[in-house]
Amino acid sequence: MAKVNVKICMGTTCFVMGSSQLQDLVDIVKNKYGEAVEVSGSTCLNHCTNSSEYSKAPYVTVDDTVIQEATIDKVLQEIDRKLKENE
Amino acid sequence: MSNNNSQSIHLKKEILARIIEAFLSDNYEENTRLIPYDMRPKGAEVPYRCCIYKERAILKERVKAGLGFSLEEDDETKLLSDYAKEALEREKPDEHPLTVLDAACAGCVPSRIYVTDLCQGCVARPCQSACKFGAIEMVNGKSKIDGSKCKSCKMCMNACPYNAIVKLAVPCEDACPVGAIQKDSNGITRIDYEQCISCGKCVAACPFGAVNEKSQIIDILKHMKDDKKEVIAMFAPSIVGQLPGTIYQLKTAMEKAGFDRVYEVAQGADITTINEAKEFEERMEEGAPFMTTSCCAGYNQFIKKHLPELKEFESTTETPLYYTAELVKEKYPEAITVFISPCVAKRKESMDNPNVDYVMTYEELGALFIAKRIEIAECEESKFEVESSKQGRNFGNTTGVAEAVKSVAKNPEEVKPYIISGLTKDTVKELKKFTKDKSCPGCNLIEVMCCEGGCIGGNATINIPRVARKQLKTLLDESEDLKRND
Ligand code: FES
Repeated sequence: MAKVNVKICMGTTCFVMGSSQLQDLVDIVKNKYGEAVEVSGSTCLNHCTNSSEYSKAPYVTVDDTVIQEATIDKVLQEIDRKLKENE
Repeated sequence: MSNNNSQSIHLKKEILARIIEAFLSDNYEENTRLIPYDMRPKGAEVPYRCCIYKERAILKERVKAGLGFSLEEDDETKLLSDYAKEALEREKPDEHPLTVLDAACAGCVPSRIYVTDLCQGCVARPCQSACKFGAIEMVNGKSKIDGSKCKSCKMCMNACPYNAIVKLAVPCEDACPVGAIQKDSNGITRIDYEQCISCGKCVAACPFGAVNEKSQIIDILKHMKDDKKEVIAMFAPSIVGQLPGTIYQLKTAMEKAGFDRVYEVAQGADITTINEAKEFEERMEEGAPFMTTSCCAGYNQFIKKHLPELKEFESTTETPLYYTAELVKEKYPEAITVFISPCVAKRKESMDNPNVDYVMTYEELGALFIAKRIEIAECEESKFEVESSKQGRNFGNTTGVAEAVKSVAKNPEEVKPYIISGLTKDTVKELKKFTKDKSCPGCNLIEVMCCEGGCIGGNATINIPRVARKQLKTLLDESEDLKRND
């Protein structure tokens, strides 16, 4: 089965707007899903370039889905959805 | 930071970034006026308030605070563009750093005692007869409390056989260690500036984001732009882990963002440590029961306003900011100095120190990077003129100051720290007891930090203390120990 790939944006904008607080996801995901999901921090994902966009930071991607104003809950929900889809 | 108003913090940072963008644009005043409309354009969803007009009205107020104005004396007819212009013209920032946004504050019920839906509208009405102030009336067959008459005595609460009456928390009041913030009978919160120690706990506690800091960002940007004088940043040790990258990359990023030079306040912390260790030894020799640290601005104001009797036990050593700013101004007397800080109370300290011109919080610095599109993690590393020590760099972390003093003491084993990590109603009691007894059992060096966890838990921090601390550890492991040469 293909792994689900999660990228937490750690670019300046996302970090300041809240992704600093998402770093716990790495451990949470490892404990919850083990090998099935891979999480990593990323440099700027380029979703933040103008003001209507930086206001929606932090960004996280789960495979090809972009999550705006990401929170731990939103990301976990999306992972669950993806895993279901892949089943 | 870990608190309960992450939505309003997000909003605050967005507004700051937009103000900075407006300033950098070719039409600062007009673009500032448009911020509430850009954020909530026609037809936009209304995430927090009843309608788009109210939402914009509140955003307007937040922009005002971001421009550095007080929200208490309010002139509704004045446009944001006028405020923007006025911000450019002022010589000095406003004296008190905090201001309350009434329209947001009104979300919290005015009366502390509240009748819930459990009220059965009983015939006996024990609540009404229990109330000595005539504050309970019957509305649609149920009890209702008149906030202007209620004295929060709780007599009705105890009288109700259905437990239908409850006491509601007012988070800002509960968070304030010195009782300086209160809702009046009209439900409007006021800060008593005579009592307030500027610790910023109410800012973090309010779930409506009603307590705002008056930002000095425009004043700083103005100096960067006119280029007449050098603008020098001095960042607090607790900045480590608050932004991506290393502090050496951060230095470069800050220079890109408009600062001419960047200093670590940890450099001043090294001076504080040595002086404080010497002072500690002298005091112990003279038979003092204990000494307290003196670097926390909130704590210093606490002593001044609420516990002057403790003063004689407080170290007279100056703060790390004091020494750093002194060094910088000696070298560059004409420069504008900006302290980069996680803390409201330091705004107050800076106003009293002629060597510090402005304060910029971590959130404001973050917003500056956003507005200028600076990727810190992609910047080159650049070294500081003077490398600070491991101890100095740990000053913003609880136990860091006491450990630093201990590490350079002649007889480290004689230094017995007592740590106060966060000034709260309870720790205030403790301090009062130590002062009254003139003793702190088993200890002789009391480290006091107003924020829980130290400056790392300050109200304008960006990261969670636990995560920031990991990053701090990496830096400390690479840093040299402080040496005392006498
Ligand atoms: S910093 Fe996250 S998308 Fe640019």
